[in-house]
Amino acid sequence: MLIFEKSRPGRGMDLLPACDVPAVEPAEKDRRKMALHLPEISENDLSRHYTELAKKSHGVNDGFYPLGSCTMKYNPKINNDMADLPGFTEVHPLQPEHTVQGCLEVIRTAEEYLCEITRMDRMTMQPAAGSHGEFTGLLLIKAYHESRGDKNRTKIIVPDSAHGTNPASAAMAGYSVVSVPSGPDGCVDIAKLKEAAGDNIAGLMLTNPNTVGLFDKNILEITEIIHSCGGLNYYDGANLNAVMGMVRPGDMGFDVIHLNLHKTFSTPHGGGGPGSGPVGCKEFLAPFLPSVLVDGKERLSFVRPEQSIGEMKSFYGNFLVVVRALAYMLTLGRDGIREASQNAVLNANYMMHQLKGLYTMAYDEACMHEFVMSLEDLKKKTGAAATDIAKGLLDNGIHPPTMYFPLIVKEALMAEPTETESKETLDRAIEVFCKLYHEAEDDVQRLHDAPVTTPVSRLDEVGAARHPVLRYHFEA
Amino acid sequence: MKLEQGVLYTKSHEWVKEEDGAFVIGLTDYAQSELGDLVFVNLPEEGDEITVGEPFADVESVKAVSDVYAPVSGVVSEVNEELLDAPERINESPYEAWFVKVKDVSEKEELLSAKEYEAFVESEKE
Repeated sequence: MLIFEKSRPGRGMDLLPACDVPAVEPAEKDRRKMALHLPEISENDLSRHYTELAKKSHGVNDGFYPLGSCTMKYNPKINNDMADLPGFTEVHPLQPEHTVQGCLEVIRTAEEYLCEITRMDRMTMQPAAGSHGEFTGLLLIKAYHESRGDKNRTKIIVPDSAHGTNPASAAMAGYSVVSVPSGPDGCVDIAKLKEAAGDNIAGLMLTNPNTVGLFDKNILEITEIIHSCGGLNYYDGANLNAVMGMVRPGDMGFDVIHLNLHKTFSTPHGGGGPGSGPVGCKEFLAPFLPSVLVDGKERLSFVRPEQSIGEMKSFYGNFLVVVRALAYMLTLGRDGIREASQNAVLNANYMMHQLKGLYTMAYDEACMHEFVMSLEDLKKKTGAAATDIAKGLLDNGIHPPTMYFPLIVKEALMAEPTETESKETLDRAIEVFCKLYHEAEDDVQRLHDAPVTTPVSRLDEVGAARHPVLRYHFEA
Repeated sequence: MKLEQGVLYTKSHEWVKEEDGAFVIGLTDYAQSELGDLVFVNLPEEGDEITVGEPFADVESVKAVSDVYAPVSGVVSEVNEELLDAPERINESPYEAWFVKVKDVSEKEELLSAKEYEAFVESEKE
């Protein structure tokens, strides 16, 4: 039931204090013709309404959430405690710099640590999400080429296993996309990459480890091929959780990078975030970074790089998310950061190893932080598709892995357990996966009917996409 | 897998038929069954130039968005706008649900007969 349906005229509560300044009536032409449909509801009912909604959802606090490429790790509560400190919350973005030195120090320190982890030289906290970071990074690449009078570079190379946002961001930035196929080993096809490289290439976008959970062993050759044709290398940080403290994108030959603080650095994904997608770059790209960066030694101040591409978001990005990420890094420390990645990789390999007796792995070799199963065989044999196993998991209190991605694997399920799950949680999930496999063989109809224990049963995805209901109609 | 006699096929699963001096292009039955229920189609406009081997349209299922590749180079002379409102036609009758008609064809890729296409699909399945 929607909150509007619970509304009763005259019921309600005062959230705002009485107005203590003279009221101003807007001009007739600016006035609303109809009252706003604001729900009128008591505090008690409001509280129950949101608790009910929370019970209907599944988050990291409810259970296992192995959504591949999303790094749904536990978000330590101490991060929130830090972000709740009044020194961070009771400030105004336009306050004089000398009164918010602590906030500036947070931004500066987070930048320093993240640059150390990725081996970049400077980083902006402005972008609000990963794709926003991609767009920002591509604008840096564009600004660089244009500053050199190099106007013929109109194409960005993206491998066919890339996240869908990569080609989309490239198109947004005005580039056309050249797709390079993956070889049978899941890695970039070097011969095809060499064919695509040329003086019309602005750059390459890549994740490493890639979307099938494998570390591309040819990475140095790949970035060199792009550099030698005059292009730049962009690192999509979606999968950084596999390699923190082990290898650094800057050492692999990347020039620009975005991070997803809401993945790798344990800030919340829930309710749309807010996310944070800092963009880092090597020194030669730093003059183009969006404003504002923090500089200074004793006294910190905001500076605008000389050839800045401009603002990517108002003020300083999602600042309180950066506070959470910094709290996470300080909690873990240098060794803890490395250990987090090691355990993420260990957990993924443990799960993959335990499952590969039954399930077919798309690439049967040691993986990084995630692995991809192909359920094509199971579908042929029993009729149970990846989506049926996914729905069956819901009935067992487990959020399904990413489905039907990457596109190069048929009937794909892509699982990323993350480092924050215990062996017991993994063992239980493995047990459920195996149980569902046998259910597919014995009673596939049960899987087609799943889920039956969730607040809503199987949704008509096709009907929803073909005839979407996009708005609520109020009674007149 | 249903095959239609009198049309030619591509390895990227489009069908082509010559009709009144134009090339009619659509998606094969195998393609629609692999994609699943289609919910959205993006078509070019009349007068657009399409290039052999390059995407000229895309189709969206609940799972993913996929490109549709041009088997010929030429100019789009007619667009089946009915598909925009009813993408399910492609699932229901793939060989009637044509996407575009193309004229002034300057180039075309090597097309397969029904028999060759069937063999190709079988070999891909393995």
